[in-house]
Amino acid sequence: MRLSRRAVLLTSGTAVSLVLTGCVGAKDSGAKANPSANASAKDVTLVISANDVAGGKNAAEAAWITDSVIPGFVAAQKAKGVTAKVTFNGSGVEDEQYKTKLELNLKTGSGADVFAADGIWLGELASAGYVKPLDDVVGAPAKSWDGWQQISKAVQQNLAFKDQLYGIPNGTDGRVLYFNKSLFSKAGLPADWQPKSWADIISAGQALKKLPGVNPIQINAGVPMGEATSAQGFLPLLAGTGQPLYNDSEAKWQGATEGVKDVLKFYQQVYGSGLGDKRVQQDKAGRDQSFADFSKGKIGILAEGDYFWRSVICPSKKDCGTTSMANRNDVVGWAKIPAMTPGKGVNGQDFVSVSGGSGWLLSPKTKYPQQAWELMAFMASKDMQTALSKAQIRISARADVNDATLTNDPLLSFISKEVLPITTYRPSDEKYNEVSLAIQEATGKVVTGTSPDEAAKAYQASLQKAVGAEHVSGG
Amino acid sequence: MPSTSPEAEVAPVAAAPVPARPGPAAPDGDVVGLGRGRAMVFVAPALVLVGVFLVFPAVWTIYLGLLDYSLTGSAAKAPTFVGLGNYVTALGDPAFTRSLYLTLLYVGFSAVVGQNVLGFLLAWFFRTTHAVVRNVLNVLVLLAWILPGSVVAFLWQALLDRRDGTLNAILGTTDYAWAIDHPMAVIIVFNIWRGTAFSMLLYAAAINTVPRSHLEVARMAGARPWQQLRDVVLPTVKRHVLTNTLLITLWTFNDFSPYLLTGGGPDNQSEILPVYIYKEAIIGGHLGYGSAISLLLLVANLVIAVAYIRLLRTRSHDEATA
Repeated sequence: MRLSRRAVLLTSGTAVSLVLTGCVGAKDSGAKANPSANASAKDVTLVISANDVAGGKNAAEAAWITDSVIPGFVAAQKAKGVTAKVTFNGSGVEDEQYKTKLELNLKTGSGADVFAADGIWLGELASAGYVKPLDDVVGAPAKSWDGWQQISKAVQQNLAFKDQLYGIPNGTDGRVLYFNKSLFSKAGLPADWQPKSWADIISAGQALKKLPGVNPIQINAGVPMGEATSAQGFLPLLAGTGQPLYNDSEAKWQGATEGVKDVLKFYQQVYGSGLGDKRVQQDKAGRDQSFADFSKGKIGILAEGDYFWRSVICPSKKDCGTTSMANRNDVVGWAKIPAMTPGKGVNGQDFVSVSGGSGWLLSPKTKYPQQAWELMAFMASKDMQTALSKAQIRISARADVNDATLTNDPLLSFISKEVLPITTYRPSDEKYNEVSLAIQEATGKVVTGTSPDEAAKAYQASLQKAVGAEHVSGG
Repeated sequence: MPSTSPEAEVAPVAAAPVPARPGPAAPDGDVVGLGRGRAMVFVAPALVLVGVFLVFPAVWTIYLGLLDYSLTGSAAKAPTFVGLGNYVTALGDPAFTRSLYLTLLYVGFSAVVGQNVLGFLLAWFFRTTHAVVRNVLNVLVLLAWILPGSVVAFLWQALLDRRDGTLNAILGTTDYAWAIDHPMAVIIVFNIWRGTAFSMLLYAAAINTVPRSHLEVARMAGARPWQQLRDVVLPTVKRHVLTNTLLITLWTFNDFSPYLLTGGGPDNQSEILPVYIYKEAIIGGHLGYGSAISLLLLVANLVIAVAYIRLLRTRSHDEATA
C-alpha cells in the first residue's frame, strides 16, 4: 500500500516535471533582434561590465571607465536631451571565471549591455547564440561608423566570426621573452640578449641557474595558468616548430605530431632539469606567483604578453600594486621568441609570437541597442582611446591613437614594429577553448614528470574526445 | 530522511476512509479527524515546495544528463539527445573513476574515521573537566565549524603558503608547498578540523544520556575507564554513532570546500567528485555530462543512506527483541 503510494507520488512528480521541462536550448535563438528598439528613449539605463576592478586587476582601465567614459557619455547624451544612467560592474578574477560568469549571464539574458570579452571566446559565444553580429543587433549605424577606417583588418578579425563583426576591438597584443638584466649581468649574459633558438634559451637558463635563489626560466604550463599556458607558452613554441595549431584548409587540429612532441620535450628540458619552478605551475595562484617572483628579481626569463609590461610590472605602485617595479625601465629587457632553430618557424620564420585581442561586445538582449552601440563607439573614439593611453599605454585598435602614443613606450613600439608583423593568431573556432584545456593538461603532465611522448598521447586522446578523431592530425 | 518526508505523514491519513465531517479519532489512524480532503489541503504547500525544489530539479538533472547540453558553443543552442552516452563516457573515463576513488578516501579518512573518532574522544575526555575548560574548548571547536567557508579557506591558505606560510615558519621549513605536495592529506586534515565540532556536540549529548548509575556500578565492579567506555558507553550510544556517521558521510560526500584550498590540483590529485562536477559542468561548460555525474553522485549518496538506515533498522529491531 505504502509502496504503491510512493510510486504514485514519484510518477506524478515526474510527469509534472516533464511537462514543465519542455526542451532546453533553442529558446530565443531564432528570435530576431530589433535594432530600433527604444531608439528615441529619453531615459536610458546601461550597464558596462569588464574584468577590471578599482585597486585590483586592470585598475587603470576600471578608472578610465568610471572617470572618463561614463561622465563623458552621460554629458554627450545630455546634450542630445537624453538622460543616460550608466553603471560599471567590475570584476577582478581569473579570466576563466569571468568567462563563466559572462556565459551564465548571457544564457539567462541578464547582465551588462556592453561587456568586455576576449576574442578567443567569440566562437563559443556566437555558436551558442549568446551574441549576434553587429549588423543584426545595431544595423546601419554600426556599418557606417567612421572608426573602422582606423582599425586594421587583422585587429578586426579578433572580434569577427564567420566573416561577421560582433564588436569593437580595443587593441591587440604580442608575446615576447622578458628578462632581468641585472641577473643576466651577474650570470655573464648580455644585456641585449636575443636567443636564436630554443637551445639558446636553455643555455641562458643554465647560466642563470648558478645564481642562488633564482628561478632561471618561467614558461607557463599546467591548468591553473589557464589560457596563459597556451598563449604564452605552448602556442608560441608550437609556432616555432613550423605548423600552426589548426590547419584551416584541412579543418584539422595538431594532435600528437612531431611539433607537439618537440614542444613538450622543451618543457621537459626546462622543468625536468631544475631550470624552472615546477610548483609555480601547479599552484592555484601560480601566475600571480610568477608575477611576484619576477618583480622581486627572482626570475631570469619569463614569457608573457605586453599585458605583463603595462599592467603587472609598471613603475606606478597605484596601478600595479605589489608587483610594480619602480626600476622596470632599467632592469627589464625583452627579446623576440625564437623558433626551435632558425628558419623552423611558421612560414619559415626565425622568430614567432602569438597575438590576440579583446574588445567590447553588446548583449543582443539589451533594451537600448542604439544607445549601447553609441556607448561602445564612444569608448572606441579617438578621444577616449587617447585618454586610456594616458592612464596606461597599450596597443590600441586605432592606428591614429597608436601613431601618437606608442612612441612613448619602448616595449610597445617594439611589439608593434617587430612582433606584430611575424605574429600568429589563435583559431576562432568554437572548440578552441577545449583544445586549449587539453594543451594545459599535457604541459602540466610534463611538468610533474610524465614523459613527453606519454603526455602527447593523452593530449591526442583528449583532443579526439573534444573535436572528433577526424579533425585531429598526427599520433 | 524518511521521518521528515511529507508522504510519511500523508500515508496514514490518506489510508483512512473519508469521513463526512471532522469527528472523533478514528481507529484507522485518522487521529486528528480531519478527513482526507482537509489533510491534503494542509500538506499541499509542503508537497508543492518539495516538488518544486527537490523533485523537479532531480528530474531535470536526469533529463539534462541525457543530452549533450553545453554552456556555450553550438551544443548550447541545439543540444542533441545522446541517451545514456554521458553515463557510458563517465563510467569509462579514468578521470571519473579516479575522482570517485579520491572521494571515498576523503570521506573515509576525514569524516568516517577523522571527525567521528576525534569528536568522540573530545566529548569523552572533556566530559568531566571543569566547565570553563569545556566551554573554551567548545568555543574553539565550534569556531572552526561556524566560520564562513571562504574565510576559513583564506586562513588555511595563509597557514600553508609556500613562501610566507605560518606552518613553514613554525616548523622552520622553507619553501615547502603543503597543498601541492600533499593535497589529499591537506584537505583531509582540513575537513577533520572543520567538521569535528558537530560530532563532538552530538557525542557529548549522547554520552550524557548514559545513566550515571550504570557507570557507577561498572566502576564499583572494578572496570577501568577503557572498559567502562567499551562495555557501558559504546553500547548505549551506538545509534548515535550510526546517525552521526550517516550525516557526516553525506555532508562530506557533497563537500565543495576543498576546491578553495587546492582547486582540485595539482594535476587533479585532489579532485573529489563535487570539484570534478564543477570543473566539468561550469568551467568546462559540459552541462549534460555534469548532470549525468551529478546523478551518479546522487545515487552514491542514496546507496550510503539506505545502507545506514538498514543498519539502524536492524539495530532497533535487535533492541526490540532483546
